[in-house]
Amino acid sequence: MLSDANLAAILLTLKLATLVTVILLLVGTPIAWWLARTRSWWKGPISAVVALPIVLPPSVLGFYLLVAMGPNGPVGRLTQALGLGTLPFTFAGLVVASVFYSLPFVVQPIQNAFEAMGERPLEVAATLRAGPLDRFFTVAVPLSSPGFLTAGVLGFAHTVGEFGVVLMIGGNIPGVTRVVSVQIYDYVEAFEYADAHILSGIMLAFSFTVLLAMYLLNPTRTHK
Amino acid sequence: MIRARFELAFPGFALDVDLDLPGRGVVALFGHSGSGKTTLLRAIAGLEKVPGGFLEVNGAVWQDATTFLPVHKRPLGFVFQEASLFPHLSVRANLAYGMRRVPAARRKVSLAHAVELLGIGPLLDRMPGHLSGGERQRVAIARALAVSPAILLMDEPLAALDLARKQEILPYLERLHEELEIPLVYVSHAPDEVARLADTLVAMERGRVVAQGPLSETLARLDLPIRLGEDAGVVLEGEIAELDADWHLARVAFPGGGLWVRDSGLAVGRHVRVRVLARDISIALTPLADNSILNVIPATVEQLADETHPALALVKLDAGGAPLVARITRRSAAKLQLQPGMKVWAQIKAVAVVG
Amino acid sequence: MKHLLAFFFFSLAANLAQADEVQVAVAANFTAPMKAIAADFEKDTGHKARLAFGSTGKFYAQIRNGAPFQVFLAADDTTPARLEKEGMTVPGSRFTYAVGTLVLWSAKPGFVDARGEVLKKGDFAHLALANPKVAPYGAAAVEVMEKLGVLESLEPRFVLGENIAQTQQFVVTGNAELGFVALSQVMKNGKVGEGSAWVVPAKLHTPIRQDAVILASGRGNAAAEALMEYLKSAKAAAIIKSYGYGL
Repeated sequence: MLSDANLAAILLTLKLATLVTVILLLVGTPIAWWLARTRSWWKGPISAVVALPIVLPPSVLGFYLLVAMGPNGPVGRLTQALGLGTLPFTFAGLVVASVFYSLPFVVQPIQNAFEAMGERPLEVAATLRAGPLDRFFTVAVPLSSPGFLTAGVLGFAHTVGEFGVVLMIGGNIPGVTRVVSVQIYDYVEAFEYADAHILSGIMLAFSFTVLLAMYLLNPTRTHK
Repeated sequence: MIRARFELAFPGFALDVDLDLPGRGVVALFGHSGSGKTTLLRAIAGLEKVPGGFLEVNGAVWQDATTFLPVHKRPLGFVFQEASLFPHLSVRANLAYGMRRVPAARRKVSLAHAVELLGIGPLLDRMPGHLSGGERQRVAIARALAVSPAILLMDEPLAALDLARKQEILPYLERLHEELEIPLVYVSHAPDEVARLADTLVAMERGRVVAQGPLSETLARLDLPIRLGEDAGVVLEGEIAELDADWHLARVAFPGGGLWVRDSGLAVGRHVRVRVLARDISIALTPLADNSILNVIPATVEQLADETHPALALVKLDAGGAPLVARITRRSAAKLQLQPGMKVWAQIKAVAVVG
Repeated sequence: MKHLLAFFFFSLAANLAQADEVQVAVAANFTAPMKAIAADFEKDTGHKARLAFGSTGKFYAQIRNGAPFQVFLAADDTTPARLEKEGMTVPGSRFTYAVGTLVLWSAKPGFVDARGEVLKKGDFAHLALANPKVAPYGAAAVEVMEKLGVLESLEPRFVLGENIAQTQQFVVTGNAELGFVALSQVMKNGKVGEGSAWVVPAKLHTPIRQDAVILASGRGNAAAEALMEYLKSAKAAAIIKSYGYGL
């Protein structure tokens, strides 16, 4: 039922989403921690920057990334100076773009969980001899696990569903940057509606299953 | 010995204390809400950073100009108003959380002892979500004990509980008091809790210490700036001297006298604490035989003072060494022409054994 | 109530009678010339042309699903033919309004030589072209490389734009050193404006015919018919040529 091209696109998409989710959890957690606890004036501007991909059209983000990561852009100059070449049209470039694009979907649930937890459990842990890192891993993380679950699911699903940014910087290279959403777009453009239906159906089923699982596993936020 | 100096000023709130507290027994930080007692307790714990403060606990400097020992390095136990158990850990794991982080050589309170003291043996395998409010708070106290603290700090641990739950926990707190050598600083706004538990009273108002001293002495001060109103009264320490089996009464003897109380099954020789409220004492110039009051004891008027209400006056009495405070109307005081040094009879309508 | 109903029918009738407006779906590569042509068309005829720009494949899907266009200016000749076969057009209305010119272009001056030898040297990492599966300019580019015998060696360096505009974007930003785009995109005042280019000789590929057609919903629409005639006029032809298209 699945052609090699479709299978390649699906595997590439899963690889991308998995890697991006792992990176986002690692990068997003400190950001969420800082945002949840800081009283700094910078909280507002940083929150706004993190949330930008929610409201910005992917074409805007994709365009800026294309320019910034290009040979004449600041990021491009840096990657070239480091001997890495430029990022557009590479899998690494897709990963970087997706990390930006899905960042709010990971940061916000974790930040909300940290905020809902409040200061008290950490204070309690401190009075029980736990140092800052100790408190973070033994109290903050387990108490915020629903937030992490939501963040992981949304980050993964949002990366799978990404289209505009990938289109802008991917270059549609089979096995490297041709993910499922782009593949579907190609099918529609080329009047190959049967293949478009197959892949679209898979995407729909996948997205629904993931979201359903999330809501079933995490029915209500339990407090106390 | 605890020496604490903290100064803090926020808009609408200031803390300015300079305290020497005994390093043993129970110190009650008493005051109305907003008096700064909780802030002071949190400053002692290090949960509140008060720049420029000074704190020394039993010879160890926890904070001065150059030192600020982080909370997790202070050998203290802290009990919050809400039990704040870790919801993802069982009772046993909650208890072990702090204990595991204390080097074995420094553990003085065993888990078994803490469990036994608070009577939580049957709860060990439960999750906090399945405990009653009183049980949760007992676990929280045991958890704080299990780190073998050099000092225990409690922030209104009973305030969130109803009366029945309070009654459930108070005996456990008294046991701590009696069985452990750990000094306890206890924040409360409830006079009955203070009367029952405290050895030393620190009264606070608007961020300042307004009175400080041994409990019975301090409670008997007529110039105590905190008006206790209906709760004004003294606490006397004594022991059960004799029992009257016919009438089910027990006599509590203290230096200079004694009071009959209901026999609640305490053995002769048992150390007890009784609380006598000012509103329950009336004054007579002669011992009247024809009334129902059981405890009529001779006393000397020491001092008179006005109560908040213009109809009332407070009279401090010396009953053979034991201080008493009576609340009577100013009209009665005038009619009896009460003066310091007068010999009178204190008629005590009610005495409560509080511990 | 009677009056209100009468008024309603009256306004409806007025709307029908006033059918001097045409909705046009325009292939993205023809955006600039069509804007100029439409402005003149409105001035000269008094009709109104509402333009929508996008990819031919997307327009096809939309038209099949009832999009309210009366005229379709496609980027190729196969899509209008397909619509004709499916009975979605006014038969006999189809004609070629422009022939695209393919150009190999780089944003860097001097990078592309006037004979396209750069393709054989292969001194670049990325070559941008429109997805040949969906874009006629991309298909033409593949044809050219096949003829030059460089297709196999260059294929691993392809980066595909979804359409000719995105392909140009890859080149403009320097992410691809060069790419096959439409001459119309890089023309300024009748010549290649910036960078360096090789205008690919027409004999190297099948002509890129761009066909226009009146859609079924435009049957009897005066403005639609007028626009089709206008596109064939000398005035329109001059504009079309000035943007680098052939006729």
